[in-house]
Amino acid sequence: MKKGTHMPPTKPDTHDVARFKDHEVITPPNKLKGVVGRAIEGDDPVARAEAALAQLSSEFSDWMHDECDQLDRARRDAHAAGMAAPQRDALFRAAHDIKGQAATLGFPLVSAVAESLCVLIDEAYDARCIPAPLIDQHVDAVRAIMREHDRPDAEAIAELLTRRLRDVTAEFLSREGKDRDAPETSPPIAPVK
Amino acid sequence: MIRIDFNRLRFLVIDDNAHMRRIMRTLLHSFGGREVYEAEDGASGLEAFMHHIPDIVITDWVMPIFDGLELTQMIRQPGANPNPYVAIIMLTGHSEKKRVVAARDAGITEFLAKPISAKALYQRILNIVVNPRPFIKTRSYFGPDRRRNPNLNYAGVERRKGGKADIIKQQALFDKVKMPG
Repeated sequence: MKKGTHMPPTKPDTHDVARFKDHEVITPPNKLKGVVGRAIEGDDPVARAEAALAQLSSEFSDWMHDECDQLDRARRDAHAAGMAAPQRDALFRAAHDIKGQAATLGFPLVSAVAESLCVLIDEAYDARCIPAPLIDQHVDAVRAIMREHDRPDAEAIAELLTRRLRDVTAEFLSREGKDRDAPETSPPIAPVK
Repeated sequence: MIRIDFNRLRFLVIDDNAHMRRIMRTLLHSFGGREVYEAEDGASGLEAFMHHIPDIVITDWVMPIFDGLELTQMIRQPGANPNPYVAIIMLTGHSEKKRVVAARDAGITEFLAKPISAKALYQRILNIVVNPRPFIKTRSYFGPDRRRNPNLNYAGVERRKGGKADIIKQQALFDKVKMPG
């Protein structure tokens, strides 16, 4: 793509600056003003973009499989190397990508489970304490919902699975929080003889 | 009705996910955008920002090296780059209130929660072009005015102090630094 088509400014930009006691209000020149014009009748850029997305959608299923594979790899790395920061971040990014994109890619039921996994990783005080089976259950649920997405009862099963995973996640986070907040108990003092 | 000449806008899309970049590119090209540059993490995004000087940056939040929030803070440094006033759209899977507030306080212009839709993206860009906000500079903040609408019923403490002030024309700091002598 051609770059640098914007002409360099011929004179320095000036800004209106209103100074107050503890702040300034700066009004930079509106460089984008020139791109606004009168709408052309019958032109609908949003409809055009939606049509282009619909055309692209033939690839979405493959993309979603890629995302699930990425999540699976991140899970395996986390199990093999432990949930140190790099593994934790990679697993979170993979889950977060699915959470954000699943609906766009045509798999909205997957999004909620991925979100539960994000909450689990993000809110755990120490990610290394997250039980491996709980991570596995989330990742496997994402893959299963994706795989069985076209079943007539997929929505009901996905909702049930998501609710259960959210409950278990909330229970784990609550227990972990209580353990963390509990005052350290001193060892019993031996009776003086 | 208003139309935007997208072919006169330069975009920079920063997202570590190649599928998301493809979707964004498709949407922006369909709107009529011709210049759409891409970067796959915060560091290369900052480099691309300095090189291409885009009109609008669209960045993901969760990315390797440094994230979209840190990138925004780096861009919003008066005097440190060619355009600290650039419009920044934070496009993210985060939708919790605390995240929206954190992004706002880092200096983003618009927040757009995933899943993305053509309409929502178009409206954010329209808002940037048609309703530009002034920038506020305090000791702890530099970015678009966070008060989008005056709240006449606001009863809390007024945090901005000092009455009316004269308006002063001021040359951009970056231009001053660049000018010889």
